[in-house]
Amino acid sequence: MTDLKKTPLHENHLRLNARMVDFGGWHMPVQYTSIIEEHVNTRTHIGLFDVSHMGEIEIKGKDAFSFIQQLVTQDVSKAKVGEQIQYSLMCYPEGGVVDDILIYPLSTEHIFLCVNASNTDKDFEWITSHKTTQNITLKNSSSEYVQIAIQGPKAKELLVLFTSTDLSKIKYYRFTQGKVSNISMIISRTGYTGEDGFELYVPSQYGSTLWDDLLEKGQKFQIKPCGLGARDTLRVEMKYPLYGHELSQTITPLEADLSWTVKFSKPNFIGKKALMDQQTQGIPRKSVGFELLEPGIARQGYPLYSLQNEPIGEVTSGTLSPTLNKAIGIGFVKPTFSTIGQELYVEIRGKKVKAKVVQTPFVTRHK
Amino acid sequence: MNFPETLLYTKDHEWALNKNGTVTVGITAFAQDQLGDIVYLELPKVGTTLEKGKTFGVVESVKAVSDLYSPVSGEVVKMNDPLKNSPDIINKDPYDKGWMIEVKVSNPQELKDLLTQEQYQKLVAS
Repeated sequence: MTDLKKTPLHENHLRLNARMVDFGGWHMPVQYTSIIEEHVNTRTHIGLFDVSHMGEIEIKGKDAFSFIQQLVTQDVSKAKVGEQIQYSLMCYPEGGVVDDILIYPLSTEHIFLCVNASNTDKDFEWITSHKTTQNITLKNSSSEYVQIAIQGPKAKELLVLFTSTDLSKIKYYRFTQGKVSNISMIISRTGYTGEDGFELYVPSQYGSTLWDDLLEKGQKFQIKPCGLGARDTLRVEMKYPLYGHELSQTITPLEADLSWTVKFSKPNFIGKKALMDQQTQGIPRKSVGFELLEPGIARQGYPLYSLQNEPIGEVTSGTLSPTLNKAIGIGFVKPTFSTIGQELYVEIRGKKVKAKVVQTPFVTRHK
Repeated sequence: MNFPETLLYTKDHEWALNKNGTVTVGITAFAQDQLGDIVYLELPKVGTTLEKGKTFGVVESVKAVSDLYSPVSGEVVKMNDPLKNSPDIINKDPYDKGWMIEVKVSNPQELKDLLTQEQYQKLVAS
């Protein structure tokens, strides 16, 4: 266990008796009391998540925008500087995905990226390998930030107690640089739960105290610390993709139902040609949400079949939805089987279990 | 964590309670705690023949899928029906209301191979 990476909140988790697991090389809390309790509490009150394992990469210099523009599928020139966040993909020339990221244009010469924990080093190398100009500097500043997610219908009421920043002015997928508990940080109205909420990028040394203060002041809003278990079930209910499940080097954004992040209208970006070709030719598979019509739980890797027993794809994520109390899942199928209402089979331990493609998100998004 | 003295245990974290050659089987407090919220359970039908050490079912929590291993050989004579709709009973009460099946033992000698409370406690602590 000694070689696992720890976030600056590691001691806080141990004090809270969290169950700690190895998550992509990080020693992280999977749950504090119960995944279902933490999940439900985030939908009804507030959940507090340590997501400091996420990586941060900064690009500075006068060519920062033009540099990032060629690496990502979104049109960065469309984002309001100092205000607007973009969810984007970074692709390989073949169209597969290096990572899904959040892009924060802090200023015209400073771009801040939030990337997946287990992809941080790969992303940084990828970005660095495309640097051709002296007019930018690149920095992996992951260790400088604690990232705390405050999620749930009461998130704003809690955060208001810690800041004089007018939070109502920060709309969904907007950010500001302001003070929380008198500490300067990025306050971002984003999350991975489908609830209203904020993600704070806190300078590392202040993270532990702020975490404790949020939990203490949050008591009257029935806050609960939440582990990665609830984070996963919450995102599956929203059908938010997770790298390694719904995104990978061999899955394209079009297959993953993320074509809204791909801006073919912008000049050039890595993967553009391959994605345009795929758009013309048609995708071989498409991501769908399904629910099981018979008992069982679908898990990543389980095969999917048509009712005529033809193999049609594979499950990428599955769980019991704590909100719906139904077994739900995400999978990739041949496009002809992706219509809402389409029945199919999930093979669970050799047994074919009936499922149905349903509308997603599975649960109404509140932000 | 509570491991009743009256029970026998497997190294795979099942418990067995022998009453005149019929053994009640469940999973231990340690097992349910490790799994977390149990959301699905697959148990053998009454009449199924079980073999000691072989899987007889599956228990799934939100995060994990885990096989169940039979502590003894024999025939399933009863199963705990309420668990079908509320497998979380196992989390709340693993030794009483959370029992899974009753097995009519075909070879009583096998019971000697099971762990005592003291042996099981040592296994869990290690």
